[in-house]
Amino acid sequence: MTQRSIVAVSAGLGQPSATRLLADRLVAATERSYSGLYKLFFDVLERDGLAGKPVLIGATGGTPRHSLALDHAIRPMFAYLNALVMPTPVFAASDDWGQDAALEDGSLIDRIERAGREFAGAIAPGGRTPPADPFADPVPFDQLLRSSSS
Amino acid sequence: MQFGIFTVGDVTTDPTTHRTPSEAERIAAMVAIALKTEEAGLDVFATGEHHNPPFVPSSPTTMLGYIAAQTDRIILSTSTTLITTNDPVKIAEDFAMLQHLAGGRVDLMMGRGNMGPVYPWFGQDIRNGIPLAIENYALLRRLWREDVVDWQGQFRTPLTGYTSTPKPLDGVPPFVWHGSIRSPEIAEQAAYYGDGYFHNNIFWPPEHVQRMVALYRRRFEHYGHGRADQAIVGLGGQVFMRPDSQAAIREFRPYFDHAPVYGGGPSLEDYMSQTPLTVGSPQQVIDRTLGFRDIVGDYQRQLFLVDHAGLPLPVVLEQLEMLGDLVVPVLRREFDALRPAGVPDGPTHESLKMAADVPALAASR
Repeated sequence: MTQRSIVAVSAGLGQPSATRLLADRLVAATERSYSGLYKLFFDVLERDGLAGKPVLIGATGGTPRHSLALDHAIRPMFAYLNALVMPTPVFAASDDWGQDAALEDGSLIDRIERAGREFAGAIAPGGRTPPADPFADPVPFDQLLRSSSS
Repeated sequence: MQFGIFTVGDVTTDPTTHRTPSEAERIAAMVAIALKTEEAGLDVFATGEHHNPPFVPSSPTTMLGYIAAQTDRIILSTSTTLITTNDPVKIAEDFAMLQHLAGGRVDLMMGRGNMGPVYPWFGQDIRNGIPLAIENYALLRRLWREDVVDWQGQFRTPLTGYTSTPKPLDGVPPFVWHGSIRSPEIAEQAAYYGDGYFHNNIFWPPEHVQRMVALYRRRFEHYGHGRADQAIVGLGGQVFMRPDSQAAIREFRPYFDHAPVYGGGPSLEDYMSQTPLTVGSPQQVIDRTLGFRDIVGDYQRQLFLVDHAGLPLPVVLEQLEMLGDLVVPVLRREFDALRPAGVPDGPTHESLKMAADVPALAASR
């Protein structure tokens, strides 16, 4: 089976960080739906590195008034990178972390679960073609040679 | 197995004295390091090629020719020669000339260069890095092997009736290593031609080095140059030694913490555990280097970086003496004892000449 990695990219620099807390929850929700995954952290993205890759976006903020930031700012950036952005973004405002909020319909926990399911479906076997492993299947050299001198 | 030194040729301020060597001092230091490499009993001196400050070695064959005149034994090489932005016609000429002057003690390592701005200064575009490396090297090979070359490609003006002079010494082109840290295309290129593959692993974790070398070995066998374990592999490494490992750490730490190449990132300890950087006793360097064999298999060339992070010349020369006296003799013995029959030693002009003569001899019978 091809091993898939989930990468959580977080700009949460505080200690503790609500953004990292949310990132951990999102990865955990995906792992519950699809086991055998591990997460890796990269600090640099290569050009085209995200093309065709499922991306689950999330953010935290002080109030729910910022919740559209994900759809207005973050989603277009990933669209530009040709990533496959999941339909459900997860925004967690301070209020969402309260206990009562967890019980409401459409709570943060619900949204995390829904987004996690979507994401797991997108990376699961059969959900999409696994990316080619350039180290397992290099482009044969005569092909490289032909394309360079055409 | 060949052991040597590779230098980047950076002008770096010594963080302990805040003194910055002049370009003249750095160039003289590089020559002194090369001469010491031979004196210490090592096999290879390789210089980088750069076209921007704070680096001085813009003209490697000039420097290597000067060193060739003052040495008798060491192989003079590069780390790397820019196959992307140099004209392959000029590489063919310059290195064939150097090869004659040095009596065959020359090989070279192809590299693409990772400084974006350098490409346009030489009329190229870094986004064409791989196609340039492929096309230019294919032409370079022909220039060293064919008498009269007609050629047309994407990146250079066509050639009609061109003969590269001088021809390689004894009709044997200099051995070529292809250096690439993370591009499978270059490992594939090295394998296709049966050339050497050098992984400059100094900033990389072993898992990645293993993956790249394994790809090269597998494809070397695929292209019929021999068994995978007979492919020609080189590795880097960077060391700082003192007889007492704690003294080595103490002395090197300010260099590590402040040098542009290392500082501001992970700690010295993290760096040492995750990359080949070894700061400690000669025995630690021996153990670490022998461990590379567990990662990539039996390999042919080990180059050490010793003039890093702004270390002053006298300290670098001491490092070379320690390598020559305490480290390399042990490594040579151990690696030779471990290497199975049929796995070749590092290539030299003499070994390539002999290999070229064998089929010729067979054909004449």
